[in-house]
Amino acid sequence: MTAVVETRDLTVRYAGATALDGVDLTVHDHEMVALIGANGAGKSTLVKALSGLLRPDSGTITVDGRLAQVPEGREMFGDLTVDDNLRLGGWRNGRGGRDTTAIYDLLPDLAGIRTRRAGALSGGQQQMVAIGRALMARPDVLVVDELSLGLAPLIVTTLVGHLRALNTGRGLAVLLIEQNARLALDLCDRAYVLEAGRIALHGRAADLARDPRVAAAYLGGHIEVTR
Amino acid sequence: MSDLIGYLVTGLGIGAGFALVASGLVAIYRVTRVVNFAQGAFAVLAAMLTASLLGAGVPHGLAELGGVTLGALTGLLVGAVAVGRPGTSPGTSLIVTLGLGVLAYAVEIVIWGDQPRSYPGVPGVAELAGARLQAHYLLIIAVTVPVFALMAWFFTRTDPGRALSACASNRYAAQVVGIDVRRMGLLAFTLGGALGGLAGVLTTPVQQVTFDSDVALIVNGFAAAVLGGLTRPVVALAGGLLLGVAQTLAAGYGGGAYQVEVALVLMLTVMIVQAARTGPVAETAR
Repeated sequence: MTAVVETRDLTVRYAGATALDGVDLTVHDHEMVALIGANGAGKSTLVKALSGLLRPDSGTITVDGRLAQVPEGREMFGDLTVDDNLRLGGWRNGRGGRDTTAIYDLLPDLAGIRTRRAGALSGGQQQMVAIGRALMARPDVLVVDELSLGLAPLIVTTLVGHLRALNTGRGLAVLLIEQNARLALDLCDRAYVLEAGRIALHGRAADLARDPRVAAAYLGGHIEVTR
Repeated sequence: MSDLIGYLVTGLGIGAGFALVASGLVAIYRVTRVVNFAQGAFAVLAAMLTASLLGAGVPHGLAELGGVTLGALTGLLVGAVAVGRPGTSPGTSLIVTLGLGVLAYAVEIVIWGDQPRSYPGVPGVAELAGARLQAHYLLIIAVTVPVFALMAWFFTRTDPGRALSACASNRYAAQVVGIDVRRMGLLAFTLGGALGGLAGVLTTPVQQVTFDSDVALIVNGFAAAVLGGLTRPVVALAGGLLLGVAQTLAAGYGGGAYQVEVALVLMLTVMIVQAARTGPVAETAR
C-alpha cells in the first residue's frame, strides 16, 4: 500500500490560537479513512490545508496524485447550471478535461437535472453535484467534508452507496470527515479522532467503534444508518 | 410625435453609453466585490487616445480599437493595483480605485491638456418616422446591442466566462475547484476597462470629452448598474437605456440642466428601496 495523502507534524495557527497541532495522518490508495471530531476540533482547517487553500505554519503535506474536495455545505455555484458546476470541477484539467459525459454515467441521477440551476436543487441533489464536481478533477483521493450534514437518511444511504462504489470499483481513496461518527466508522476502514487540533486516537474503524471513549464522546444519540 | 421618437432614439443612444459603463462596473463588482470608481477614467482615456490617433491620420476603426485597447490595459493596471495584492479588502480596493481615478486626471491633463476634445463620428442626420436625429446615435445602439449579446455568450458559453461567473457566484467554491480568483479579478478589471473604453469611444462624437467627463459617466453608469444590485448585466443594460431616455425626455420637455439630477434621483430611489427590502446593496448580491 502506498500513501496518497500523508501529513507529518502538521501545525496551523490562527492569530495565536493553534487550530492543528502536530497532526500525522495517512490515507493509502484504495482506502476509506474517516476523520471524526467535535465542532472546532480542527477538521475544516485540515481540509483547507489538504486542499492547498491554507498554508501550514509547520509540518508537511504530501499528496501523491490528485486530491479533490467535496466541501462542507456543498458550496454550489448557485447561479450556474448543474452541467456548468460539473464542468468547472474539471478546471485544473484544461480544456480537454472538462467533458462531463462520464459523470452522468457514474451518477445517473444528475443527467435529468443537468440544465437546472444548482441553487434551486434539494440538498441531496446538491451533494450529488458536489461529488460529481469533485470527480471531474479526476482525483486519486476524494476529501469529503460532511457528507451527511442536513440530509435525510435515505439520501445519505444513496450517497454512501456511490462513494463505496467509487472506492471499490475505481480504487478511489476517500477521506471522510463526518459529524455522524457511526456512519463514518461503519463505512471506513480506518479512522482518526481529532480533538482540539490533535489526533487523539486512530486505528481500525471497527476497533474505534468499540472503544468506550469513542462511544461515549461520539456515538451517543446518532441515528444508525443501514449499510 | 416626431419629437418624441427623436428623443427616444437619442435617449437610447445616450443610454447605451451609460449601459456600457454600467456593465463594466458590474463585470468588476460581481467578481471582486469592488465598486470601481476609476470606471469613468477608462472611457476618458480611450476617447482622448482615439482623438489623438484620428488627428494623426489613423483611420476610423483602427483608432477606436486603439482607444478600447488602452481602456482594457488601464483596467488591467487599475486591477493590479486595487486587487493584485492578496487579502486586500473590497473597501480598501474601492478607495484605491478612487485615488487612481483622480490620478488619471493628472495624466490626462499632462498629455492632452484641459480642453474638451471630440472627433467626427457617423456624419449626417438620420430620419426616423419623421424624427431627425444625429446618425451617430444609431451607431452607438447598433454596436452596444451585439456587445451585450456577446457578453451573455461569453459568460455562459465559454470556460473563462463560466469561471468569472463562478467567482461571482461562490468565491470559496471557485478556489476549491482550482480557479485563481485573483487572476479572474484582473480579467474582470480588463474586461471592465474595455467596456468603459468602448463607452468613451462611442459617445465622444456626440458628447465631447474632457478630463473630468468621468464624473457624469460614473454617476450615470452607477445609477444604471445599481438597479440590478451591481451584479446583473442585463438589468444594467435596461437601466442604462431607461436612464438615457428619461434624461432626454427631461431635457426635451423640461430643461436641459437637470440631466444628472435625473440619474441621482433614480439612483437614490433604487438604493433606498433596495436597502429597505434586503439590506445594504453590497449584500443583496449573493
